[in-house]
Amino acid sequence: MQLILSYLIAGWSGFFVMAVELLGGRLLAPTFGSSIYVWGAIITVFMLALSIGYLAGGRLSMSAPSVRKLGLILIVAALTVLPLLLFAESLLDSVANAIPDPRFGSLVGATVLFFIPTVFSGMISPYAVRLIVPDRSSSGRHAGQLYFVSTFGSAAGTLLTSFYLVLIMEVNHILIALMSISGLIGGAACLVRGEANAQ
Amino acid sequence: MRSSWLALLSLATGLLLSGPASADNMKLLHSERSLYREVLVYETGGVRCICFTRFCRIGRQTCQDVKHPDRIVMNYPQMMLGSLFVKPEPKSVLIIGLGGGTIPRALHELVPQARIDVVEIDPAVVKVARRYFDLGDNSALNVIEADGRVQVKKALREQKSYDLIMLDAFDHEYIPEHLLTQEFLKEVRALLAPGGVLAANTFSSSRLYDHESVTYASVFPEFFNLKRDNRVIIAVNGPLPDAKQLQANSERFERAFDSFGISTSKLLPLFSRKQDWQRNARVLTDQYSPANLLNLGKN
Repeated sequence: MQLILSYLIAGWSGFFVMAVELLGGRLLAPTFGSSIYVWGAIITVFMLALSIGYLAGGRLSMSAPSVRKLGLILIVAALTVLPLLLFAESLLDSVANAIPDPRFGSLVGATVLFFIPTVFSGMISPYAVRLIVPDRSSSGRHAGQLYFVSTFGSAAGTLLTSFYLVLIMEVNHILIALMSISGLIGGAACLVRGEANAQ
Repeated sequence: MRSSWLALLSLATGLLLSGPASADNMKLLHSERSLYREVLVYETGGVRCICFTRFCRIGRQTCQDVKHPDRIVMNYPQMMLGSLFVKPEPKSVLIIGLGGGTIPRALHELVPQARIDVVEIDPAVVKVARRYFDLGDNSALNVIEADGRVQVKKALREQKSYDLIMLDAFDHEYIPEHLLTQEFLKEVRALLAPGGVLAANTFSSSRLYDHESVTYASVFPEFFNLKRDNRVIIAVNGPLPDAKQLQANSERFERAFDSFGISTSKLLPLFSRKQDWQRNARVLTDQYSPANLLNLGKN
């Protein structure tokens, strides 16, 4: 159960990150346009946040790792998306007011909105690796499987969001749906008990 | 397996043979890959066109008669200029989308007293318009390199207002989706002076037509809907003028339009108020703006 949940959380987190990233382009477009530099700003912020999340997640996995904590990270990542729903427009407007150049405006806007949730999402993969690797000799294989699941999730999140979800739902409704699914999976992981933690 | 390869090969050959450069004697004057697209300038039969796709026949953006640069050879700029029948003496004009600069050039001659701001996102298009479509360094035309919506928001912050706003940023290939939402149109309306006019050149032929129509109608309850190959929407920040007023205004421009090769009497009957769309279509908003996906669907 612990194993399945670890993979599920990693795969879903991959889906979640890319869906939020694509919708981020939607949120920034009214204020900064949808030019290549706006996408450049968004991708930079996501990559930077993920890289810091990897460090933090790896560090966190050193002390008493458990699938419950992994679920908790997933829930926190979802909760930190909440400000997007509530304040995105007013935040971006005030950023645009303060920084007229749309390149640096979109960089700051993307940082304010997406940096924190993406750091938490980045923590998932290294933490999950710690939970699924049984011994040193197979660690590479297990890490590879986890990367597969997580990046496959990202591909699915990208495709479904850009081809279909935006055609049937509003941006905020998609975000709410994503957060709810994170809540469900994270909640399920939190309910797991009794099973021993990884060695 | 083998037959599918053959099919692919013949398809590729067909495409090559039907390419614009080889099929007829179109001369390529200029070609460059800009930040946003390919910018090509072709000349054929005394007509020079700026195109944003290799297959120039479907993607002609602006064309100019080389010997008579004043003649307006395409339909949609004529319909866009029809907005003068609604607002005959604009003092300030904002044009979103430069293309070859046909519309700003013509406007400058038709209403010389107007201050004209043009917003163009692509620096390469500005360069080409200056070099090949004698936009020159006309000081009456203030060309701003920026995203249309970003510029509209900026102008609102600076508390500017315009008598006439022209939206010409769409083509067959791609619609900037943030320029086709209710919120954007509200911003445009806020930027219009009382009685100011919005003229928008749009390309929707598919089911996007319904969505686009209800989106405009949600901000401008009534508008003129001019249709030929393209669709031009002319809306007013205030009540629409009646037929008599339109007729009277068009007469003022009869001779001036004539020198551009435009017949006001052919233009006037295009001003339709008929609401020929599905009114239960979903309004496009910043939250829901899949304009290009909707434009893929057939009607």
